[in-house]
Amino acid sequence: MTAAAADAALPRGRAKDPFSSPWRRRLPLLPALLYVIAITQLPFVVSIYYSFTNLKDKTQSLIPEPTKFVGIDNYKQIFSDPFFRDAMWTSVKMTVLAVVLSLLFGTLFAVLLDRKFIGQGVIRTLLITPFLLMPVVAALIWKQQMFSSLFGVLNKALNFVGLNSVQFISDHPLASIVTVLVWQWTPFMMLIMLAGLQSQPGDVLEAASVDGANALGIFRQLTLPHLRRYLELGALLGSIYIVQAFDAIDVMTGGGPGSTNVPYYVYEESIGGGFRYGSASAYAIVVVVFSIVIATFALRVLSSLFRDEERA
Amino acid sequence: MIRKRTGSTLGVGERRSVTIGIGMLAWIVALLWIFPVAWTVFTSFKTEQDAATQTLSQGLSLGRYSDVAHAIPGTLSLETAFMNSLVVVLVSTLIVLLLALPAAYALAIRPIHRWRDVLFFFISTKFLPIVASIFPIYVYAEKWNLIGTRTVLIVLYIAINLPLAIWMLRSFFMEVPRELIEAAEIDGTNLFNQLRQVILPLAGPGIAATALLCVIFAWNEYFYALQLNFASGSTMPQWVITNVSTRGNFLAKLSAASVIACLPVVLAGWAAQKRMIRGLSMGAIK
Repeated sequence: MTAAAADAALPRGRAKDPFSSPWRRRLPLLPALLYVIAITQLPFVVSIYYSFTNLKDKTQSLIPEPTKFVGIDNYKQIFSDPFFRDAMWTSVKMTVLAVVLSLLFGTLFAVLLDRKFIGQGVIRTLLITPFLLMPVVAALIWKQQMFSSLFGVLNKALNFVGLNSVQFISDHPLASIVTVLVWQWTPFMMLIMLAGLQSQPGDVLEAASVDGANALGIFRQLTLPHLRRYLELGALLGSIYIVQAFDAIDVMTGGGPGSTNVPYYVYEESIGGGFRYGSASAYAIVVVVFSIVIATFALRVLSSLFRDEERA
Repeated sequence: MIRKRTGSTLGVGERRSVTIGIGMLAWIVALLWIFPVAWTVFTSFKTEQDAATQTLSQGLSLGRYSDVAHAIPGTLSLETAFMNSLVVVLVSTLIVLLLALPAAYALAIRPIHRWRDVLFFFISTKFLPIVASIFPIYVYAEKWNLIGTRTVLIVLYIAINLPLAIWMLRSFFMEVPRELIEAAEIDGTNLFNQLRQVILPLAGPGIAATALLCVIFAWNEYFYALQLNFASGSTMPQWVITNVSTRGNFLAKLSAASVIACLPVVLAGWAAQKRMIRGLSMGAIK
């Protein structure tokens, strides 16, 4: 229903209509709007200001120096910082790998679960459990129990079949972290895809079946196009959270080559030990600019979803 | 109206043997996927020596659970962390609902002009990296003596959950039949009573699911808790970490702590799984 249609539905000419003025209508929205602006937007504006200064934590530096404006020095430094470039690249790889793989597994699991079989409910309940775990706990489980080099379950299994042990976390830090992210986010994707599968109009599928289409044909011709918007939604929500991954990195590797993504790098540069708030803010602002570019694409996807809703 | 297909006995164009095969495959996949969790629960009942070598020679017991429940003096205790988590999670979720319910009303039931832009603004704040705003927050929290308090976590958890809550509540509100609301309006019912008498009873399950998702994200949150509330005032994720020791074996105790820390949210999530995802996916697709 559009705003215009809602206007038309308003009872007209009533003196005591509580929604006669636009501001009365906006009123219920204001507390939430003001709160979000105050807590998420204002600090960001302060960050922009910091990014043009050499602000450092006074309690952390041996020789306190007064905070002063340094112009765009912090930004110039970014492009000559190889570690930041590595972190950017790690962020891209980590997010794309984790989102694509969890979407892939999630869709496969959803297809499996979209039928009645013995214990269907139990299986779904078991499968969503990793998503409900604390990210910190999920990372610890994999680090201490699965990937551990000497007595880890995976290495025990490798030894059992006659293969050599693998130093999973130290030799393959990115793959290890992506494994944990995929393990946690696959159930989430599965639930979204399951909602998608179950919202398919059953009569169309039956008609196709009566017309002699085989299962694979039906999936390719009817199900996949129907699932597209659910795939987009899963990718969008997944990337929002996965691009900011911090917990798994902190617990499993504590940064280090190959596993430091941009949020973790900015953290290390500032409150995580560097305490250079000025330059770290500049890094953060660059990240925001990149995020805005990506978000614009993502929101365009969302926008098309909402337009479809209106048309329906 | 589209007829919902809720999982047929036979998939379209399939034989029974295929269905049985798929059922078995699903069981195998699920058991493999859940294995790390099951293994951790198993380890939590072992002795430390057995846990460290992944063997089982000394039997199973609840001993590690009582170990982690009795903290070493001077460290974050289970009671403290649990109470901090409970207060922070409940208060922040309650305030999220108080702010999000009227906002969702203004976006769904009496949509304001350009409601889509406003909804996008809320969602877009989730794209803003947390690291981009953490220093100002840290600096001001320090200035106002809020480091190490529950208050600072409550304030921030409201901000991280509010966009998601508005997004989900809007979709549940869209399902409330307009005729009922219009009837209430013609009767001259004010906004508060409309919410209470017409909308809440119908959207109640959806509101509960929204609250639950806020609880999950707040309960599991680690970054802010680590940065702004690291010591004795901190929450459950921090408490789990304190059970990682650099000296001696700790795997069984860590497993027991993990089970304790995750159990409340896992049980709640199991109970509300269907509705939760409906709210998330319907937010964009209805």
